[in-house]
Amino acid sequence: MFAIATLALFVVMSLALLRGLIGPSIYDRVLALNSFGTATVLFIAVLGFLSGRPDFMDLAMLYALINFIGTLAVLKFFQFGSLGDTATDDNPEEQQN
Amino acid sequence: MRIIIPALILMVLWLVLSGHYTVLLVTFGIISCIGVVALALRLDVIHSDKHSIGILLRLLKYLPWFSREILLSNIDVAKRILSPALPINPNVVRVNASQATELGVTVYANSITLTPGTLSIQVDANQIEVHSLNHESTAQLKRGEMDRRVCALEPRK
Amino acid sequence: MAVLVDLLSWVLLMAGSLFCVTGGIGLIRLPDFFCRVHGASVLDSLGTILLLLGLMLQAGLTLVTLKLILILLFLFLTGPTAMHALARAALHGGMKPDVAADTDEVAP
Repeated sequence: MFAIATLALFVVMSLALLRGLIGPSIYDRVLALNSFGTATVLFIAVLGFLSGRPDFMDLAMLYALINFIGTLAVLKFFQFGSLGDTATDDNPEEQQN
Repeated sequence: MRIIIPALILMVLWLVLSGHYTVLLVTFGIISCIGVVALALRLDVIHSDKHSIGILLRLLKYLPWFSREILLSNIDVAKRILSPALPINPNVVRVNASQATELGVTVYANSITLTPGTLSIQVDANQIEVHSLNHESTAQLKRGEMDRRVCALEPRK
Repeated sequence: MAVLVDLLSWVLLMAGSLFCVTGGIGLIRLPDFFCRVHGASVLDSLGTILLLLGLMLQAGLTLVTLKLILILLFLFLTGPTAMHALARAALHGGMKPDVAADTDEVAP
């Protein structure tokens, strides 16, 4: 039954990847990235049970955190054009370091 | 107190997650915890909040109702997605958030987003702009049961 | 007893997989960005809960269950925040929600 769950999550990952490829807007792509990440976390967790290696849970947990930070970083990059601390500035382009 | 409690929580987390209890690894854990707390102090992100324990306790009473809500709205949205006609009716409304504290409004907005079918897209001090997939979930939100229940989480004055 | 727990975890895992796939289909099928977020939130909420609950029943009372609970907690704290940040960024970036014609209460 873990195989079925793994397969289902694989399908979800493919669908998310497809949405990321066809876009159309940048926000659709970031949303797809986020969903892909969530599906990957679950995928790693189920895979850990499928292959009988519960150490995979640590990887899943780490991926959950990195996925969130990655999503916010990409969003911030597209909103302000840089990852620096110019978030509240009116002209972030002028202050690139 | 302000420093010790986060440091202790971090240390417990380290011990639980590592699963290895040798002197070297626990020493690494202690060093990491001190480093993280020092960084957090420098960033000024440690807020001492006396009420948060009480809110956690009251959250346990909120969770059963909220789980049921998540289950029902998930089944509803899943039905809509899977039905061939795609019976959706996207609309945007503003709902009142009558919570007194910022934390209360945050919990309310997150609750709205966690139930599929409704998504908070803009949060003000006392109003939340909600994108909703169909009119039924909008009407349900407007009846304000979730609003009332989140209000009950807040500390009494 | 053990058989019962096993059966329950099977049911949870299958239901979770079903909701995950539904969320994925919604991600492809729904017509505009703000609707697609709802599809993704099916995957984020019930799909995640059911799958992780099913895995917890399989693991029993071990360290693995604790880690699964932590994963669930992380996903629950970060999921809505990321979704909200995404929706707000899209709104500020000039995306307008596609509102059905018969809506009577449209935000200003």
